[in-house]
Amino acid sequence: MTTQVTRPGQPAGPGHGINLHVLGPIVALLVLIVAGALMNPNFLSYANITNVLARSAFIGIIAVGMTFVITAGGLDLSVGSMAAFIAGLMILVMNLLVPSMGAGISVILVGMAVALGAGLLAGFLNGFLITNMRIEAFIVTLGTMGIYRSLVTWLADGGTLSLDFGLREAYGPVYYGGLLGVSWPIIVFLVVAILGEIGMRKTAFGRYCAAIGSNDQVARYSSVDVNRIRLLTYVGLGLLVGIATIMYVPRLGSASSSTGVLWELEAIAAVIIGGTMLKGGFGRVWGTVVGVLILGLIDNLLNLTDWVSPYLNGAIQGVIIVLAVILQRENRPEG
Amino acid sequence: MTAAKLSLSAVNRSFGPVQILFDVSIDLLPGEVHALIGENGAGKSTTMKIMSGYLAPSSGEVRLDGKAMVFGGSQAAESRGVVLIHQEFNLADQLTVEQNVFLGRELRRGLFLDKHAMRAQTVALLDRLHCRVDPDARVRDISNSDKQMVEIAKALGRDAQVLIMDEPTAVLTNREAEVLFEQVDRLRKEGVAILFTSHKLDEVKRISDRVTVMRDGRVVQSGPTSAMTEDAMANAMVGREMSDLFPKRVSALGQDIALRVRGLTVPRYADDVSFDLRRGEILGIAGLVGSGRTETMEGLVALRRHTGQVEIEGRPVTIRSPRDAQMQGLVYLTEDRKGRGLVLNMGMRENLTLQSLGQFAKPFLDRKAEETALDKAVRDFDIRAPSRAVRVRNLSGGNQQKLLIAKIMQTGPRIVIIDEPTRGIDIGTKQQIYDFIHRLSAQGVSVIVISSELPEVIGLADRVLVMRQGRITGGVEGPQKTEDAIVRLAMGLEARTKGEAA
Repeated sequence: MTTQVTRPGQPAGPGHGINLHVLGPIVALLVLIVAGALMNPNFLSYANITNVLARSAFIGIIAVGMTFVITAGGLDLSVGSMAAFIAGLMILVMNLLVPSMGAGISVILVGMAVALGAGLLAGFLNGFLITNMRIEAFIVTLGTMGIYRSLVTWLADGGTLSLDFGLREAYGPVYYGGLLGVSWPIIVFLVVAILGEIGMRKTAFGRYCAAIGSNDQVARYSSVDVNRIRLLTYVGLGLLVGIATIMYVPRLGSASSSTGVLWELEAIAAVIIGGTMLKGGFGRVWGTVVGVLILGLIDNLLNLTDWVSPYLNGAIQGVIIVLAVILQRENRPEG
Repeated sequence: MTAAKLSLSAVNRSFGPVQILFDVSIDLLPGEVHALIGENGAGKSTTMKIMSGYLAPSSGEVRLDGKAMVFGGSQAAESRGVVLIHQEFNLADQLTVEQNVFLGRELRRGLFLDKHAMRAQTVALLDRLHCRVDPDARVRDISNSDKQMVEIAKALGRDAQVLIMDEPTAVLTNREAEVLFEQVDRLRKEGVAILFTSHKLDEVKRISDRVTVMRDGRVVQSGPTSAMTEDAMANAMVGREMSDLFPKRVSALGQDIALRVRGLTVPRYADDVSFDLRRGEILGIAGLVGSGRTETMEGLVALRRHTGQVEIEGRPVTIRSPRDAQMQGLVYLTEDRKGRGLVLNMGMRENLTLQSLGQFAKPFLDRKAEETALDKAVRDFDIRAPSRAVRVRNLSGGNQQKLLIAKIMQTGPRIVIIDEPTRGIDIGTKQQIYDFIHRLSAQGVSVIVISSELPEVIGLADRVLVMRQGRITGGVEGPQKTEDAIVRLAMGLEARTKGEAA
C-alpha cells in the first residue's frame, strides 16, 4: 500500500494534477501517430487515414451516444446486436420493396427510415425497462443483446442476408462516396461528434446527465426529471445505432449473425479511454472521439507493420483500456 | 498528571499554498475525554486526520507514548491503536454486524474463517458496550446509534487506545446520544484516550474533561471543561461576543394564506396532515426523529407518493413532480446535504444552477450568466471557498449549506421548506442562516422550518406545529411556544393547546 490518497472533505491541492488526465488521451493519440509514421511511411498517407476514419466511424457514432448513457450512470451492452438486427431488418425490408418500387433512391430512403425507427424503438425499449421498470441497465441490455442477436440470426435463417444487387449499386455511395474527397461516414461521424460535444458541454441535457450520473438523488431533489433524461440517453443511443447501421450496410451489403459482434465493448472502451467515468458523473465527447481514433489506429498499425501479430490487437486494446482507467483513478478523488 | 498517550506538537499543515493548521499542540491523556470544538473550517477535521494517520503534518510531530511517530497511513495508525471514527460511518452496509467488526482482520483457522471465534469476540465486544444489536443483523438495517456502537466495537476489537470521533452525535437522536455517552464514560474508565468534536456545547460540557477550542487553524484555548461555561466556549470559537442568536421579528405578518394543505397523506409516513401557512410566516415543524416530518414535506413536493389537497395563494394546484411544485413557487431543501442536496464532485457553479438550469439555457448554457449568478450567491450568502473551482465536496459544512440555500433561492420561490437548516453547522454560520430566513420572511416569502433543535424552532418560528407518528398533534404560538409544551406534544402527552383548525 502506498500512502493515503485524497479523502473526501479534505481541501484539494491546487492544480489537481488535471493536466495528465485531460491531456492523457491526446498524448496517447499523438504518440501513436508518431510511432505509426516512423514504422510505416504509408501510415500518414491520405488513403490510409481516410480508410481508418471511415472504418472507425460506425463505432464512433455509437460511442458518442454511449458517452451520454455512461455519463448518466447507465450502460448499454445491446448496441452491437442492435446494429446487426437493424441491418438485417433494413435489408429484408428493402429487398421486399425492390419488386414494387424498383432498385432506386426511394427504397433506400424507406430502408433508412426503417433503420432510424427501429433504432429509436430499440433504444426506447431499453430505456423504458431501465427507468420505468427499474431494472439494472446491465441486466436489461444483456437481455436485449441476446434477443437482437438471436433475431438477426433467425431473420437470416442462420446464414447471411444480402442486399439486392441493384440496390447495392444505388446505395454504395453512402459508404464509398463523399464530399470534397471525404467519405460520408467520416462526415456523419464528425457531425455527430460535434453535436454531441455541444450537447454535453453546452446544454442543460448534458449537465443533467452528469448530475444524474454523479448522484441521481441530488438530481431528483433538484427537480430534474431523472427518468426522462435517462430514457432520452438510451433513445438517443438507439437512434445513433440506426444512423451507424445506415452507413454500415452499403459497405458489405449484407448482415449476418456475426455483424456488429463486440461493437458494444469497443464503443464502451472508446468512451472509457476518452476519460469518461464508467460509473457516471463525468463525460466528454471529444475524449470519446480520441478513444475511437486510438482503437482504430492500433488496429491499423498492427495490420501495416509486422512487428506484432494483428491477432494480438485485442490484447493491446485491453492493455490500453486498463491503462486509461488507471490514469483516471489517480487524478480523481474517490467518490 | 499522567503522560500523554497521543499528542500533537507544534503541528502545521498546508494544502498547496494554503496553510490550514498553525502550530497546533494537543495532548490526549489516557482515561480522559477531550472535546475539540470550533466553527466549521477551524481545522478540526484536519487535526483529527493528522492524529489518526490519514494526513501527515507539514511540520511538527505526532507523538505516541512520548515517541515521535510517522504513521504511513490510517492503517498504520490503527495497528498502533489509534482509530478515527468518521462522521459518515465507514461500514459495509450489506455485511452483518459481525462481518463488519472483523472486516479486514478476519480470524482464520487454516484456510477457512473461524466463525465461532469471531462470533464469540463480537458478542463480547458488544456486551462490553452494552449494545444489544444482533451480530447477524445487516448494518443497513440497524439504527444510527447501533452503527455508532458497531464502529466503536470495531475500534475496540482492534485494541484501540485512542478513539477519535468526528461529531459522533450529529446523526443521533438525544436518546441515542445518551447511550453513546454512557459507553464513552465506560471507555474512559477503562483508560482509553478519547477525542471528539461536536457542535453541541451542552454535551461538550457534560461529557468532556478537557476542551480545546480551535479558530482559523489555531488552538485558541485549552483547559479543563469545568473551568469554561458554554458561553465562554461559544465566544472562544467565534472570537467575539455572541449577540442574540435569533434576530428580532421586525415585520408584521400578512393575513393571506400562501399555502393551504388539507388531508395530506403519505403512505406509511404521514396521515391526514392539514395546515395553513400565511404569507411571510415562519412555521416551525417539530417532532421526534421518525415522526414523519421530513416525509410529509417530501410528499408535499411530490418527492414521495401522496394524496391530499393543496392550495397555493388561493388556487388549487396539482403537484405531480418536484418540478410542478417548483413552478408553483414551492421548493423543499433537503436535510441530507451530502446525499441529496449537492453533487459533491461538481463545482459550486454547477450546483448553484442545477435546480434552475432552464434559466441559463437559451438554448445553450450561458456560462457567463452562471458565473454572474455564482458571484451574486457568494456575496449574498457569504459563501467562503478556497477557490472558485473548488469541488463542493471540499467546502466546509456551513458553506455547503449556504450554497444549498443559494441553489434553491435561484428558483425564485414563494414558499420555502427548509429541513434541518443548521444541522452540523457552527454557531456563527447558524446565525447567518437565521438572519437569512428572517430576511426571506420580511420579503414576503413563507418559510417552513423542520428542526430537531427545540431552541431553533422556538427562536425562529412564529408558530410551531408538532408531529408525532405521522400526524400533527398540535400547534403552539406566542407565549405557549415553550420547550415543555412542544416536548409534551411530541411525546404524545395531552395537548394543552388546541390543534390546528382543519
